[in-house]
Amino acid sequence: MVDRSGTPLVEMKDISISFGGIRAVDHVSIDLYPGEVVGLLGHNGAGKSTLIKCLSGAYRQDAGEIFVNGEKVSIENPRDARDHNIETIYQTLALADNLDAASNLFLGRELTTPLGFVDDAAMEAETRKIFQRLNPNFRKFAAPVSALSGGQRQSVAIARAVYFQAKILIMDEPTAALGPQETRMVAELIQELKRQGLGIFLIDHDVHQVKELCDRAAVMKNGELIGVVDVDQVSTDDLLAMIIAGKKPEHLAA
Amino acid sequence: MADASASTGQSQRKSFFQTLELDTRLLGMIGAFAVVCIMFNLLTDGRFLTPRNIFNLTIQTVSVAIMATGMVFVIVTRHIDLSVGSLLATCSAMMAMAQTQVLPGMGFELNSPIIAPIAILVGVLTGAIVGAFQGYIIGYLGVPAFIVTLGGLLVWRNVAWYLTTGQTIGPLNDTFTLLGGISGTMGELGSWILGVIAVVAAGFAIVSARRARIRHEFPVKPMWAEFALMLVAAVLILGFVWILNSYDVPSRVLAQRFEASGTTMPEGYTEGYGVPYSVLLLIAVAVVMTIVARRTRLGRYIFATGGNPDAAELSGINTRLLTVKVFAIMGVLCALAGLVASARLSFHSNDIGTLDELRVIAAAVIGGTALSGGMGTIYGAILGALIMQSLQSGMAMVGVDAPFQNIVVGAVLVLAVLVDIIYRKRTGAA
Repeated sequence: MVDRSGTPLVEMKDISISFGGIRAVDHVSIDLYPGEVVGLLGHNGAGKSTLIKCLSGAYRQDAGEIFVNGEKVSIENPRDARDHNIETIYQTLALADNLDAASNLFLGRELTTPLGFVDDAAMEAETRKIFQRLNPNFRKFAAPVSALSGGQRQSVAIARAVYFQAKILIMDEPTAALGPQETRMVAELIQELKRQGLGIFLIDHDVHQVKELCDRAAVMKNGELIGVVDVDQVSTDDLLAMIIAGKKPEHLAA
Repeated sequence: MADASASTGQSQRKSFFQTLELDTRLLGMIGAFAVVCIMFNLLTDGRFLTPRNIFNLTIQTVSVAIMATGMVFVIVTRHIDLSVGSLLATCSAMMAMAQTQVLPGMGFELNSPIIAPIAILVGVLTGAIVGAFQGYIIGYLGVPAFIVTLGGLLVWRNVAWYLTTGQTIGPLNDTFTLLGGISGTMGELGSWILGVIAVVAAGFAIVSARRARIRHEFPVKPMWAEFALMLVAAVLILGFVWILNSYDVPSRVLAQRFEASGTTMPEGYTEGYGVPYSVLLLIAVAVVMTIVARRTRLGRYIFATGGNPDAAELSGINTRLLTVKVFAIMGVLCALAGLVASARLSFHSNDIGTLDELRVIAAAVIGGTALSGGMGTIYGAILGALIMQSLQSGMAMVGVDAPFQNIVVGAVLVLAVLVDIIYRKRTGAA
């Protein structure tokens, strides 16, 4: 079980954000503890990606506060998020296709030589080291990432988060484009990161996967939070009911 | 990945060019360039590949080639700059007015030694400010680059006109015109020294790249391949110097020079022109731009943004500011190109740089810069400029009618891109 007695790693309080009169996220509060995986469930357009983008710095919330380790923080852009050790793995795999794995891994945080030039050899060496741990079969270090498979690309994105010692990891449908074997690889990786004490927000459509990987599940519908439940106390049917009907299961309803 | 350094002969299946790790696209372009040169040489009974014509070809290419290196960055970031020819004119007008009107008005003579540096500074600042301003409108205000620079095409051409009231401004400062080409060359000895320095630098670059790979225990090329590369580089560099040195200064000019210094010219005395300062400037620009592209964060961000703007933004790169920087660099290069162009004419004319935007874009595209962004090389753009200029002056030498010259150049542009697309499909590169 996850110890939820200390300070939460992340607390998002009363977050709201609107786009052109449509309230994409409506007063949602959610928290995350170290070593915990919280699944975010909901239909397309339920607001889960939008909510999480306030944390990753891609959007700025209209109202509400974010606390990291109990301290109020202001996240204006992705750089701010990184400064708080928040790393995001996007659904669209935010990789520059024309660059190689090492360049992508270090994008925005290049290693440089004492003269200030980018140190490609050092970056490739570090990339080889981290892949030794994450995906030992990976060999295409010199190829642009457009030449990689979906799973290999995903491992570049994950390597980026792991290398920079993320404390809080946001994964937006990390297995959506992957085959069964690659999905298993990502699942094992999530378990490993959890053991290391990271907090993970996992956005996913797949209820079974959420039940398997997550400790708690937060369900959203039409921008509102339906409820946050312990996955062990609900069935997949309960979760589906929450997603579709927007109703909390009766045995948990207060 | 096959191990290229294998000593056991595993690498024999790799082709010769793969072992050398040469860019096959570059080889293709060099091949096309060689075909063009040889063809014109045959058609002109050997007049095309003479030291004199190669010298002229080189100095005619410099202005467009300098701008083409900047256009690579612009196109790689998925923008376009249609205003370069006009901005060249504005920068040239500012430099010409500074040295002939403003500074003399402040009590400096036209050929005072401080005129040229100040005039060049004025031009470079003009280019940087105008470029940054256009980049700001594109990056921060969100107006497409095509529109901003299409407007700029009209605006800056006519700002130049307004500044000079449409007059031809000249003659220009003597030091300034040294950067024009034939009016300023390094001489034979200076050129050989430059050549030797370049060879040493190339050798050093190859050795240090190899050391870096060995330090990190990456596979390296076999030694013979490294030596072959060094040899090719040395032959190319020294061969180029030799050709430019073989173009002799006319004896009439030499005689005048001796007369001016109060001595008589010895019988049978000859002297080659050597490398023009304008070409030296182009080489410096090419080296700096290549280092920026490959070895700096700025270059890395330019290519990342071109490959995937969203990814770059999410990686914390300030893509708006990057746009401003890219266009400011383009502006500075327009100023340098304007410097070379006006110095070559030894005056500023109202139509200087007209249609250069098209030549510059064509040079970058022929040189393998993809309009879809994320791909392009500095050396490719320079080679592209050289191919364009060779076609143009070659056809003029052969006596092709003016309309056909432009028809051929236009067709070659489309054909070059088509070949590039087919090549990329075949090799599987995106």
